[in-house]
Amino acid sequence: MADFEQTEVSNAQSHAGERYFVRFTRAQRYMHAVLFTTFLGLAATGLPMRFSESFWARRFASGVGGFGSIIFFHKFFAVVLTVAFLIHVKEVFTRGLLHREKGIFWGNTSMVANWKDVKDLFGHMRWFLGLGPKPQFERYAYWEKFDYWAVFWGMIVIGFSGYAMWFAPFFAHFLPGWALNAVLVIHSEEGLLAILFIFSIHFVNTHLRPDSFPMDMVIFTGVESEEEFKTKRPEEYQRVAAQGKLESRLGVKPPIWLLNFSKVVGFTAIFIGLLLLVLTLSAYFGG
Amino acid sequence: MKIASTFALILGALLVVAAPRVAQADADCLGCHGDKSMQDAAGHSIGVDGDIFHASLHGSMKCGDCHTTIKDYPHPDQVTPVKCESCHTGEAEGLVGSVHANRAEHPCISCHGDAHTIFPKSDPRSAVYPLNVPHTCGNCHGNDALAKKHGLPNVYPMYLDSIHGFALSKEGLLVAANCQNCHGSHHILSHKDPQSPTYKTNIPKTCGQCHAGITANYLGGVHGKAIASGNLNAPVCSDCHTAHAILQPTEATFRMQSTPICGSCHKDKLSTYRDTFHSQLGSLGGYVETARCWDCHGAHDVLPASDPRSPIAPANLVATCGKCHAGANASFVQYQPHANAHNRKLNPALFFIRLFMNLLLAGVLTFFMIHTILWLIRSRYQQVKTRSAKGGKNG
Repeated sequence: MADFEQTEVSNAQSHAGERYFVRFTRAQRYMHAVLFTTFLGLAATGLPMRFSESFWARRFASGVGGFGSIIFFHKFFAVVLTVAFLIHVKEVFTRGLLHREKGIFWGNTSMVANWKDVKDLFGHMRWFLGLGPKPQFERYAYWEKFDYWAVFWGMIVIGFSGYAMWFAPFFAHFLPGWALNAVLVIHSEEGLLAILFIFSIHFVNTHLRPDSFPMDMVIFTGVESEEEFKTKRPEEYQRVAAQGKLESRLGVKPPIWLLNFSKVVGFTAIFIGLLLLVLTLSAYFGG
Repeated sequence: MKIASTFALILGALLVVAAPRVAQADADCLGCHGDKSMQDAAGHSIGVDGDIFHASLHGSMKCGDCHTTIKDYPHPDQVTPVKCESCHTGEAEGLVGSVHANRAEHPCISCHGDAHTIFPKSDPRSAVYPLNVPHTCGNCHGNDALAKKHGLPNVYPMYLDSIHGFALSKEGLLVAANCQNCHGSHHILSHKDPQSPTYKTNIPKTCGQCHAGITANYLGGVHGKAIASGNLNAPVCSDCHTAHAILQPTEATFRMQSTPICGSCHKDKLSTYRDTFHSQLGSLGGYVETARCWDCHGAHDVLPASDPRSPIAPANLVATCGKCHAGANASFVQYQPHANAHNRKLNPALFFIRLFMNLLLAGVLTFFMIHTILWLIRSRYQQVKTRSAKGGKNG
């Protein structure tokens, strides 16, 4: 890892001269903030319902005013998340279809999986076992695409089943009776999957693994250092550099207040998430 | 002056002659016992308030009528106890065979109070006036040590917090059930005795003395019929409402505690109910309500779905579900409030959906768990190797 050594050296020599590149726009960062805030809210109010027999569920529920209030907040966060989801879908289609922006639905910068992602997945796992070189990732690595589509599919499934329960008599006009039983099973299992996945896999893959530990700040600040860019997404870096577009991606080094603010918010979110994970596991395995 | 004093003398003489030796005797006794602070050697009060005594139910009687062994003064220190049953024969017969039959442990005065201050039970001063009965019984049945000794629950505090207790103590309702309304007074029998009004099969009739309408409903339902046919497993009033700590049934506490009571017999129905949103939300407590057993099945006149009068009869489901779910239609009521996602035969669609969701959950998590753990190990290894090659601090 020659690159890595250089990083260490350059870090030691001059920190001020480092260049920063934009990875996420302001809108994307806000979207993530809305997403994780509502997700935490939905998890915190959904889990007591899913595990209503557990020792903490009733205490938590009575702490916030009983289940009338639990369900109110659950629906509130659900509506906010639905609006955010619709804004995102509109944005994608506006950029892709209306503005004919390239790379939205296909290509190096798209969220849509391609053959390279399959090769990267197997290549990455070979590297885990010391059987091959580390894959050179593009703008979005395969696990990031998985995260995106898991959330995308999750929101459709959980959202639809949730609204089917909320407006059950209305949905009964075009759903058979047994579907009303099924939506609870689907809603709670898919919700549980989302919670377990985000609070364990996503947290570790994105924030807690040694390369990003303790938190990848890029989703909060929008920018990352040139070294990070180079090591984490070498193929994108080389492609942008080859196109001579590195300059257009240049960003500003994040001010200290933004870093600190992001850390407080981020660590709070991670703490709540891990707490909910522990409670979920205790209820799941504690019976 | 002289005339007046002569008149008084004659009047006094007349009184002494015509009037009763009773008054005389009372006066004699009260000469000593009129001192209200008087005590015997053992420290028991043997003083009598003459005014109260004369106003009491026994006020027209003379001391010797009850204290028959005392003829003269001075009388011996030890006197035989008064036998109330020499007059109150009916009550004494009632006590025979009752839980309070042991007269030494339960003398009449333990409930009726001091025999010199007995008032009719319609008199608020009486210890057995309806509003005073719970307190009177509570003297013993509110005592933890006594309750433990006899293996009985400490019922007085339970009763006080019950709907009957509130009606009696807060509202002063004479018709509110007190101990005696359910248990009787002198011939109180154990609830295990088939003759007792608190014996399981007699309870509907006992409660029905006041709750006639509900009892008629109950007797027409499956539980009432089962009890009438001698099935002692079926619930009576007290199985759901409890005997002493009876709550207002619309109260959240009651709604929270009653579902498990139904479930103590209907175990399979409780476990399938637990899987539903009704239960999940309802278990959390609070101010809004989700359906509990009796909201759909009815409370007292529970009937099988095959009975057209039952709220869960197919023809009535739209109305029953519609009580909470405005706009419920025929398709909506196909929802199964007791669906079992683990039963492939009964609920195949639900079974396979649950199976698919579980496999998805297990599959995704297992794959990524392995993926992440391997990644962590490899990344850390790489990091340490790189740093140690540089002679870094983590080397």
